[in-house]
Amino acid sequence: MVGTTVSETLDQGGEILVAPPTEVAAGRSAAMDEDFDKLESVISVRGLDFFYGKEQALFDNHLEIKKNRVTAVIGPSGCGKSTHIRTYNRIYELYRDHKATGEVMFGGRNVLSSGTDLLDLRRRIGMIFQKPSPFPMTVFDNVAYGLRQHYKMNKAELSDRVEDALKRSALWEEVKHKLGEPGIALSGGQQQRLCIARCIASEPDVVLMDEPCSAIDPVATAKIEELINALKANYTIVIVTHNMQQAARVSDYTAFFYEGYIVEVGPTTQIFSNPQERQTEDYITGRFS
Amino acid sequence: MSAPATSHNGRGLAPAPLKALRPRSHGRRKAVDAAIRVFAWVAATAGIAVMSLIVWEVVQRGFSAIDWAFFTELPPVVGEDGGGLGNAILGTLVITFVAALIALPMGFFGGIWLAEFGRNGRIATGIRMVANVNMGIPSIVVGVFIFAALVRPLQHYSGFAGSIALAFIMLPVMARTTEDILNLVPNELRESGLAMGAPRWRVTLGVVIRAARSGLITGAVLATVRVAGETAPLLFTALSSPYWLQGLFGPEGFFGGPTANLTKTVYDFSGMPYERMQELAWGGALVIIVAVLGLNVLMRLIFQRGKEW
Repeated sequence: MVGTTVSETLDQGGEILVAPPTEVAAGRSAAMDEDFDKLESVISVRGLDFFYGKEQALFDNHLEIKKNRVTAVIGPSGCGKSTHIRTYNRIYELYRDHKATGEVMFGGRNVLSSGTDLLDLRRRIGMIFQKPSPFPMTVFDNVAYGLRQHYKMNKAELSDRVEDALKRSALWEEVKHKLGEPGIALSGGQQQRLCIARCIASEPDVVLMDEPCSAIDPVATAKIEELINALKANYTIVIVTHNMQQAARVSDYTAFFYEGYIVEVGPTTQIFSNPQERQTEDYITGRFS
Repeated sequence: MSAPATSHNGRGLAPAPLKALRPRSHGRRKAVDAAIRVFAWVAATAGIAVMSLIVWEVVQRGFSAIDWAFFTELPPVVGEDGGGLGNAILGTLVITFVAALIALPMGFFGGIWLAEFGRNGRIATGIRMVANVNMGIPSIVVGVFIFAALVRPLQHYSGFAGSIALAFIMLPVMARTTEDILNLVPNELRESGLAMGAPRWRVTLGVVIRAARSGLITGAVLATVRVAGETAPLLFTALSSPYWLQGLFGPEGFFGGPTANLTKTVYDFSGMPYERMQELAWGGALVIIVAVLGLNVLMRLIFQRGKEW
């Protein structure tokens, strides 16, 4: 396990473990250096398995998601990246034969246990999807959706909050005169930022992003990447991406998935410059996709 | 996806040299294309022509019967002139309205259940199959069934029985239409709603149904309009009546008794050897056609743009 500090990111981030899945639990305490210790984990995944019916898609995943950091999840198509983060808010439960076992610790509780209050869990762990998915209502109502769902507030507070969320999503200037128009009337990139506004309006702790830029153009992508950088001051972000440049640009830590296993986790700079695992290196260098 | 390819073209062993590609003549394909195009055109024209002939005939023969009295007066005494089909028009409106009142909400929520909650479960599959079978039952059979189930035990024909027969036909149509339309709403939208921490019912009502609203309204109106033109289910249920509907509850002359309606009246009058009666029947047919066609077109016009999902 290499603990070299490569960049500023690393200075504040320190190193998190780099280990084949089976060694994770044992390897962590030995490998962690001081800086890593200081970082608070918001989500701790331990021994997570996932099944689509009888087919197992995730195998013994272990992962620490650090507070106010951006963690990128990369790997080839079908390796379980999305499947993995979809356990954090248990959104996979929409489908009957999807099952997760193991631990996803969040706020001192295992999210996967039956007693979890899903509504509260999903307020605290928001999610942005691959395809922008504005609700069939006005821009304003879209952003107000979670606020109305989770909080008591009067009209003035509500519109202040909506404005604030739109500003923090860098969308306010573009939509301030269109608040009464349907959300679907916006452009694709704007729709995605609208979804981000809708998500952060209700003040989650964690924002999960499942390939948030794969359906939008490069200019809009750049805006969203900027936004991610700005948001990490207040939120913990987990982003699944197919685009390795994007992972390198926006994330502090990177987890590399391969065929349902987490092969390697580490500071992004290290994963991209000096990966410890052969498979990671092959992927990063484009030997397979 | 990940296995290293053994050769760059992925075929593994070195292939034998390929024969040169031989272009095929496009003449035959173009001829087939032209033939199919002509056939489609002729078939469409023939279909539309028959429809138009019917509508034209009905308009020609029925138009003269349409005047103010047609909508406001009772049919004349046999052999006399004047009068109208006011009672039948009112009866059809009430029968259809009550049928819609029963069937639309049931079908709507049934469809929601099938699409959102039952989905591919065993119960849902069973219900879906029953609904599909019910949609194929001839409407006369529904009429006879309601006759046996309701009219005979109660010892009289009634508008209510007619409404229930129509509701019986509407219910599976509405349920399956609702389900089909909700299935068009992408799952991403459901996930997005749930991911906001909203409970399932709120996502269903506030997001999914809202996304599908234009289709749902169109479906409901078309299901209603479809049964408004039914005759067979009313033959043994609502029967007919020469009187005005005087109220909902009560026997003769009320909705609880035999109730005048357009389709049965058209059926009866068209077979009478009196010119005025036949004229009224044509007028009734015209009103039904115009109402059904008009509502169809209106729905399409209103919701043409509503295809976001």
